[in-house]
Amino acid sequence: MLSALLVISGLAVVLGAVLGYASIKFRVKENPLVEKIDAILPQTQCGQCGFPGCKPYATAIAAGEADINQCPPGGEEGIQKLAELLGVEAKPLNAEHGEPKPKSVAVIDEQVCIGCTLCIQACPVDAILGAAKQMHTVIAVECTGCELCVPPCPVDCISMQPIPEEIGNWKWKYPVYSLKAAS
Amino acid sequence: MRTLHTFNGGVHPAQHKDESNRHAIAPVPLPPLLTIPLHQHIGNSAIPLVKPGDHVLKGQMIGQADGYVSAAVHASTSGTVRAVEMHAMPHPSGLPDLCITLEPDGEERRIEHGALDYREMDPSALRNRLRDAGVVGLGGAVFPSFIKLNPSSKQKLQTLILNGAECEPWITCDDMLMRERAGEIIKGIEVMAFMLRPEEILVGIEDNKPEAIAAMRAACAQSSLPIEVVAVPTIYPGGGAKQLIKVLTGKEPPSDGRSTDIGVQCFNVATAYTIHRAVNFGEPVISRIVTITGNVAQPQNFEALIGTPVEHLVALAGGAKSNTNDYIMGGPMMGHSLPSPQVPVVKATNCIIAGSPALFQPAPPAMPCIRCSRCAEACPAELQPMDLYWFARGKNFGKAQEYSLFDCIECGCCTYVCPSNIPLVQYYRFAKSEIWAREKEKEAADLARERHEFRQFRLERDKQERAEKLAQKAASKIETLAASGEPDMDAKKASILAAVERAKAKKAGITPQNVDNLPPEKLKEIAEIEARRAKLRQAAHQPMPTESSGGEG
Repeated sequence: MLSALLVISGLAVVLGAVLGYASIKFRVKENPLVEKIDAILPQTQCGQCGFPGCKPYATAIAAGEADINQCPPGGEEGIQKLAELLGVEAKPLNAEHGEPKPKSVAVIDEQVCIGCTLCIQACPVDAILGAAKQMHTVIAVECTGCELCVPPCPVDCISMQPIPEEIGNWKWKYPVYSLKAAS
Repeated sequence: MRTLHTFNGGVHPAQHKDESNRHAIAPVPLPPLLTIPLHQHIGNSAIPLVKPGDHVLKGQMIGQADGYVSAAVHASTSGTVRAVEMHAMPHPSGLPDLCITLEPDGEERRIEHGALDYREMDPSALRNRLRDAGVVGLGGAVFPSFIKLNPSSKQKLQTLILNGAECEPWITCDDMLMRERAGEIIKGIEVMAFMLRPEEILVGIEDNKPEAIAAMRAACAQSSLPIEVVAVPTIYPGGGAKQLIKVLTGKEPPSDGRSTDIGVQCFNVATAYTIHRAVNFGEPVISRIVTITGNVAQPQNFEALIGTPVEHLVALAGGAKSNTNDYIMGGPMMGHSLPSPQVPVVKATNCIIAGSPALFQPAPPAMPCIRCSRCAEACPAELQPMDLYWFARGKNFGKAQEYSLFDCIECGCCTYVCPSNIPLVQYYRFAKSEIWAREKEKEAADLARERHEFRQFRLERDKQERAEKLAQKAASKIETLAASGEPDMDAKKASILAAVERAKAKKAGITPQNVDNLPPEKLKEIAEIEARRAKLRQAAHQPMPTESSGGEG
């Protein structure tokens, strides 16, 4: 009787220790759902969804505080993926938050730039290089095309330019051919 | 006698080799202009080293390799650089790319070349010389050869395979090269063997090229290396690297690996030739053998300078017949149409076929897939083409990848046998390029996330640092004030408050000054983005819901 009690309580202590250790060692710091949603979002950090960045939007979706159709850069495909992940019905993009646009990058007209640094402060991904009273320029590969740098510019020297199709980013098109008409 | 193996499927399209292999390789007179693209290889575009007006010598480097996976580009003849600009390319997209236009001076003055004493050279220096000589795989993939010539420290190379199979119909450039320059190919193989130290060296040639096999065997007899020339059965795509490796060794490279993982490395015979020229003569890749065939008066092989316009070669082959409606680069199975006959010959140009409706009937209208599985029987990569077709058509790319889409070599056997005439390979190409584009987008998104998170961290850190500094300053100020025994603290406080109020009022009054002369749509756009920014500011000031409070918690 005593040995059985000892074995059981011993087991309880050992398993408790293992569980306690595991809960510390394998602790999931953040809500994994937020991470999964954030991985689908395009990381433009443009704020068109009404949240200050993609992560806050992902957090809001996970908490059920935001709908899945508020991200224009993600487009229909993004909505589709979110719907699949969350097991809800896909819906069309909410036009209130803007229309999807072709992928663009910001370009600074370096002749006009006065070096005010306002765009640098606005850029959510630090993709603008420059210093006070020095010319600024956009690091094109790091620009997400969020447009947030356009309005602060006091001399209106930033324009959004769509990324042209080149051999490097050219894609094979979906095959288009005629099906034989049934007679 | 070596036991040969077989691969799954394959097809036997009409050969059409005799049209162009009855004449010797012909030299090409200098064209009036050469257009030399800077991107003729897999990897990064070469960086231009010349500007319009520069005079260059034959063999001078005009484009420098950029990064590891890249290769140099050279002036094909001496002359003057006329332009560094976008020009039509022999690419399925028909899009232009950066090219150097060279006007030959007709003098053909060469830059000083020296042979390399490769046996005494540092292996890495030798590989760099090959990169700077612009040596790339001439079988069609144009992958920089120096990378493949870097022996793996983990896996000993058992077999070095030289690919002279040339399985695509119509093409005879490797056939003619082997017939006429077998000795030089063997010299190139000797350099490769020195760099890679393989246990055995095999040259695989399809048995429809008896002259080439005989010439190569005769040349091998002269060499000190034990090189074996193996005649392999003629079946398309027997010249695919994976298929030739399977036939010669019975081994299959792993799906997600390289042939070196199973101790095999494979090069085209023309690549061996250019390595010989580069190492033993110091001569960069400025020309290649091109088959001009199909609907031309006199099909033939030419040794064309890189950058020669295709139409110049077609004219030399007796000109295209009047019903020519298309020019195909490569073979009829894997090649693609050229956007115009003005595009230049590049390192990948093995063959130009003038097409006519009589030679290549337009594909009949496609009919629905009947799941007859003939494509699966023909597939040399042992895939399920009909399943891949459904996934690619439905844009179910994840599933397509699960079904090993990337093992597809785009040989076209499935399209060739499809009784419903479905352009299957087009679907696979579409799916592959979509998947690549998505991967690139994902990488860009990950970079943006990382940068955004760091920015948030930086802003927070700066704020804290500033607050600490201010607190310190204030503390020291109070101390000094207390020490000096200033009585008028309240007056000071009042003046500070007044200054803060003034600053606030001023800030509220500021409006952007430079929107007066803007068009209304621009104003509207700015207003929209401003509204968004205001929302962002507001949101940033509100306490954020903590992350653990949402979802499943």
